[in-house]
Amino acid sequence: MDINTITEVVSRPSHASLASFGDGDAWLGGGTWLFSEPQPGIRRLIDLDGFNWTPIEQDAHGLVISATCKIAELKAWTRPASWSGGVLIDQCCDALLGSFKIWNMASVGGNLCLALPAGPMTSLAAGLGGTCTIWTPEGSAHTVPAAQFVTGVRKTVLMRGELLRSIHLPALALSGRTAFRQVSLTPRGRSGVLLIGTLAPSGETAITVTASTVRPIRLVFGALPRHDDLRDAIEAAIAPGDYHDDIHGHPAWRRHLTITLAEAIRLELAGEAAL
Amino acid sequence: MSVTINGRAVEAVPRPGQCLRTFLREQQCFGVKKGCDAGDCGACTVYVDGRPVHSCLYPAVRVVGREVTTIEGLACGGELHPMQQQFLAAQGFQCGFCTAGMIMTAATLTPAQLEDLPAALKGNLCRCTGYRAIEDAVRGVRHVEVPPPGEAAGRNVAAPAGLGIVTGAERFTLDAAFEGLLHLKLARSPHAHARILSIDTSDALAVPGVRLVLTFEDAPKTLVSTGLHELDDDDPADLLLFDRVVRFRGQRVAAVVAETETAAEEGCLRLRIDYETLPAVFDAEAAMEPSAPLLHAEPEKSGIAQPRRNIVAEVHGDIGDVDAGFTEADAVYENVFTSQRLQHSHLETHASVAWIDEEQRLCVRTSSQVPFLARRRLAKLFGLPPDRVRVLCARVGGGFGGKQELLTEDVVSLAAMRLGRPVKLEFTREEQFIGATTRHPMRVHVRLGAKTDGTLTAMQLQVISNTGAYGNHAPGVLFHGCNECIAVYRCANKRVDGFAVYTNTVPAGAFRGYGLSQTVFAIECAMDELARKLAIDPFEMRRRNVVKPGDALVAYNTHPHDVEFGSYGLDQCLSLADEALSHGDDAPGAWNSGEWLLGKGMAIGMLDTIPPRGHFAHAEARLMPDGLYELAVGTAEFGNGTSTVHVQLAATALSTSANRVRLIQSDTDKSGYDTGAFGSTGTVVAGKAAYKAAIALRSLILGAAAKRLGVDVAACTLTADAVAAGDVRIPLGELACEGSITASGASDGSPRSVAFNVQGFKVAVHRITGAIRILRSVHAADAGTVINPMQCRGQIEGGVAQAIGAALYEHFDINEAGYVTTRTLRGYHIPAFADVPRTEVLFAETSDALGPLGAKSMSEGPFNPVAAALANAVRDATGQRFTSLPLAADRIFAQIGSAPAP
Repeated sequence: MDINTITEVVSRPSHASLASFGDGDAWLGGGTWLFSEPQPGIRRLIDLDGFNWTPIEQDAHGLVISATCKIAELKAWTRPASWSGGVLIDQCCDALLGSFKIWNMASVGGNLCLALPAGPMTSLAAGLGGTCTIWTPEGSAHTVPAAQFVTGVRKTVLMRGELLRSIHLPALALSGRTAFRQVSLTPRGRSGVLLIGTLAPSGETAITVTASTVRPIRLVFGALPRHDDLRDAIEAAIAPGDYHDDIHGHPAWRRHLTITLAEAIRLELAGEAAL
Repeated sequence: MSVTINGRAVEAVPRPGQCLRTFLREQQCFGVKKGCDAGDCGACTVYVDGRPVHSCLYPAVRVVGREVTTIEGLACGGELHPMQQQFLAAQGFQCGFCTAGMIMTAATLTPAQLEDLPAALKGNLCRCTGYRAIEDAVRGVRHVEVPPPGEAAGRNVAAPAGLGIVTGAERFTLDAAFEGLLHLKLARSPHAHARILSIDTSDALAVPGVRLVLTFEDAPKTLVSTGLHELDDDDPADLLLFDRVVRFRGQRVAAVVAETETAAEEGCLRLRIDYETLPAVFDAEAAMEPSAPLLHAEPEKSGIAQPRRNIVAEVHGDIGDVDAGFTEADAVYENVFTSQRLQHSHLETHASVAWIDEEQRLCVRTSSQVPFLARRRLAKLFGLPPDRVRVLCARVGGGFGGKQELLTEDVVSLAAMRLGRPVKLEFTREEQFIGATTRHPMRVHVRLGAKTDGTLTAMQLQVISNTGAYGNHAPGVLFHGCNECIAVYRCANKRVDGFAVYTNTVPAGAFRGYGLSQTVFAIECAMDELARKLAIDPFEMRRRNVVKPGDALVAYNTHPHDVEFGSYGLDQCLSLADEALSHGDDAPGAWNSGEWLLGKGMAIGMLDTIPPRGHFAHAEARLMPDGLYELAVGTAEFGNGTSTVHVQLAATALSTSANRVRLIQSDTDKSGYDTGAFGSTGTVVAGKAAYKAAIALRSLILGAAAKRLGVDVAACTLTADAVAAGDVRIPLGELACEGSITASGASDGSPRSVAFNVQGFKVAVHRITGAIRILRSVHAADAGTVINPMQCRGQIEGGVAQAIGAALYEHFDINEAGYVTTRTLRGYHIPAFADVPRTEVLFAETSDALGPLGAKSMSEGPFNPVAAALANAVRDATGQRFTSLPLAADRIFAQIGSAPAP
C-alpha cells in the first residue's frame, strides 16, 4: 500500500546513512513488510539495495548471505553437492507464508529484522548456527550468533542506526545431517511451530525451536541426547511465557508440538523411524 | 529516466512512498486490482522485468528504468495468452476481481510449480470459486460451450463479461478516471462507546489540498440504517450519517475530502476530537442485563424491540406442546452451540464515487448488491425525490451479503453535493474489518427429543444474536435464522425464543445464509447426537423426519405464508450424498497409519427461494435496429452469475444465441425497479422478469412480422436472427428498422418455493497436531432446473469453500477493549487453494413450478450445512463433540489431547 507520509527515498546510501539515521527513517529491504501495513510516522526510506552488496558468496567457512539477498536468489543459488544440509534452505524458503512472488522481492535480512516468531530465515540462520554481522553508526562492525539476533516478537539486538549487513552460515552445519519439522494451523499457512535439528560428525547435536517461541531457542548437546534429556532441556529452556500466543496457534498446542517434534527430530537424526 | 509499461515508455515519476499498484492504476492500468493492498491476495500481480511480484508491496521508485507488464500487456499481437484462453474456456472465475492476478501468476508457473499448485498459488486468493474452476483453467480443462440458438438454458454458456475479465478490460467500481476527482478519508473512533464533545477541524482544513471536513454538525438529521431492504422498516432507524455518540471502535466520526489521498489522510490525523468516554459492553448476554450500558435508548429511535435492554428484535413462537413432546421422547439431546463472527472478505472492498451531473442530479457509482435500494435510501437521507438520484454499479467484486448496506455512498454523496466535484471513498482492507459489517455471532441453545424409532417429538431453540452497535439486519437475520432450519423438520411441537442484542462492537449485517448458517450448525449437530443416542444412521434420521410435499411448512408459528413446494428434491439429495459418501470407502494408506482418526458426517439445509414480503424485479427486452437484442435488468453482477443466466433465459425465449443478447444492468437510469440481488433472488426473481419480458417480446416480434408479411402469426417462426414464414424471411434488424420493439416483464417474488442442500464429509483428524484433513467432500443440491451447470456448480463449490473457511479457519477477533485484532487477510485466514478440497457436486433432478424454466435459487444454501457436516465428521472420528467454531487444530488438540491410538 502507499505510505503517504514518505517524502524522500535515499537511493544511494552510504556508511554515513547509519550515523544520520533519525526519527521517521526506515531501512528499505524488499519492502514486503514495510508496504504491507500502515506505517504512521515514517518520513524517509533508506534503500539498502543502493549499497549494491553481492547477494550471496561462498567462502572457506560457508556461505555469506547479504541482508539484501532476495529469498529467490538464496533458493536459486547452486549449492555444493556435499552440502546435504542445504536442503534446509529450500525447506525454510517454502515455510514462508508469502508466495514465490514474495520470494522475488523479500530479502533474507529483512525477514530476520522483522523478527516475527515464524520468520523462516530466522529459523534457517539460527538452526544452522549462523552468525549475523551488524554495521554500527560509528562505522564498525560486530557479530552476534543468529540465534540471538531476534530477542522477542518484533524485537532484535539492533540499536538505533545499526543495520544487518550479512548472515554467515557455517559449512560444517550445511554439510552435516539435518532434520526439519514445521506445523501450521492451515495446510500451507504461517508456521506455528518450526524446529530444526543438526547433527555434526562429532556427534554435537543442536535443536533449534522457532515459530513456537517468541524468539529462537537453540539447544546444543555434546552428543545426541536421550529422549528424557531432550524433553527436560526443552522444558528448562522454554518458560511457559516464552511460547508465542497469537492467531497462528495456542501456546499449549505449540508447547505440545515442540516437545513432540523435537523427539521426532532426535529420532530422525539417530536414524530411526520418526513422525 | 522512465518506466516501460506494457512496452510503452511512460514519463511519470512515482511518489516517494508510492507502491507500484497505485502508480500503475494512475497510468490507467485498471486491470491491476486492489484486494488486500498487503501482499496476501495477489490480485495486483504484475511482472517487473519479467518476474511476477505483488505490485502493492513493490516500491514504485524501484521500477524506474525497468519494464512492467500488467494484465493489459499479457496478450501478444492481438492474440490472447494461452492462460487467458484457458481461463475463458474453463470459466475460471466468478466475480472476476482476482482473475487478472490469478492469470498473471499462473502464466509464469514452471512444470515443477504446476505439480504443486497449493504452493504455487499460495499468494492468490479467490473468495468466490472454491478454486476448482481455477485449477481447471490452469490445467486447460474446457467447460464453456456454445449451444445452438434457442438452446442456451441448461448449457454451460460463457459469462458475457469473460473476455473483459481475462484481459483486465472489464470495469469494476473504481476502474475509471474521473476528472477533478477528490479523495475522501474517514476518521474513526478510538473508543468503543463515547460522546463527541467537540471536533476542531481548523488544523485539518489548513492542510494544503484539503477542501472539506464533514462532522456530526454536517450530517442530515434523518435516522436511518445502513441495512437495505425492500421494506425500510425491516431495519431499525438508529443511525445518523455521523453520529455524535459513537458506539464501536472504528465508527466513522468525520470525513476529510482533499485533492489527494495523502492530504486527506493528513487532514484526518490533524482533527482534534474530544470525547467523553462511556461504559461499553461487548457480550450479548451481558448487554441484556439491567446494569448494562444502553446503546440506543433515545426516544426518537424507532423499530427497536426493547431499547432499555439493548434488545433490537426478539422472536417467540410455540406450536403444539413442547413440554409434553420432551416428556414423550425416548431420547433428548441438548447443548449450546456458538458460531463466531466472520467477515465476508469479498476481494473488492466497499467503494463509491459520487458526482453531480449536468442536470444537477446526484450520481453514485458504487460497489453494491442493491443499487435501487441505495438510491431510495440516499433520496430519503438527503430529502431528494428519487428521480434526482442515480445509482449505478459497474461489475462488483464480490458481495456475499456485505454489499446490502449503505456504507460509503452516503458520505461521498454529501461531499459531492457540497463541493460540486466528484468524490471517491475506497475502503482499505483494514476498514473492511473495523468499519464494515460481519456475520452475526450467535449462541444457540438447542434441545431435541425423539422416539426410539427416530420420530421427533419436540424441538426447542433459544438464540442470542450479537448484532453489534447498530441494528442493520438484526431483525431479519434473527427471524430468518429461526425459520427454515426448523421448518425442514416435521414435528408437532416446536418452540423458539430469540433475541438480537446491541453491543459496542462493529455492526453485524447480512451474510451468506442470513442467520441460518449459525442455527443450522446447532440443530444439525444436535440431530447427529440424537441419532447417535438412538443408534440411527444420520441420513436415515433425516429421512424419517424431514418435510415432504403435502406437509405444512411450519417453523414456530402457524401464521399464513406464501412458501410452498414448487418442487421437492430433498429425498434425492439425501440419497445422492449418502451414496457418494458410501462408495470408494477406503482411505489411502497414509490416513490408515494410526496417526489419523477417520470419520464421516453429514448435515442438511433448506432455504426459501426468495425473502419474504415482496421482492420485485422489472426487465425490458428490446429488439434493436441492428438486429440484436437488449435486455435491461436492474440486478448487479457480483460473481453470482446472474448476468449469464438472464442472457440464457432471454436467448432461450427468443430462440437465439446468447451472444445476440446485450445486457444492460444495475443502473437506476436504465431499467425498471429491482429490489436487488440478495436472498438468492438473481435467478428466481430478476431472471423470471427477464424471461417474461423476452417471452412478451417474442410475441410482439412474431406479431409484427406476421403483419408485415400478411400471414397468420402461427405461420411465423422466430429464428436466431430473423422471422421465417414459409420461404420468406425477414431479418430482425429490418423489423426494428423504424425503432426498437420493446416488451417488459415483472416479478413480485411471491409465492416462494424451497431449495435443499445436503453436505457430506469424510475427514481425518491428526492425533498429535489436531489438524483436520478433508478426504472427501460431497454436496447434493436441489436447484430445480439448472440453467447453467458450470456456474451453478461454481456457486456451490464457492459456498462450500467459504463455509470450510468458517468451519475450520476464520475467526474475527475483538479484544476486551473492543479493538478488532484481526485486520488483515494474513491475520484472518480465508481459504487459499491449499485449504479447499475438491467437492463432488450432485444435482437432484427436479423442476420448479414457480421459478423461471423450473429453476430455483442456489447462492446461500450451499454455505449453510457445511460447518455441521464437518463437526459431525470430526465427532465421528474423535468421539468428541465440538460446539464452537472454528475447528482449528489447536482447539481440536485442546479438547482431544493426544488421543490414544484406536
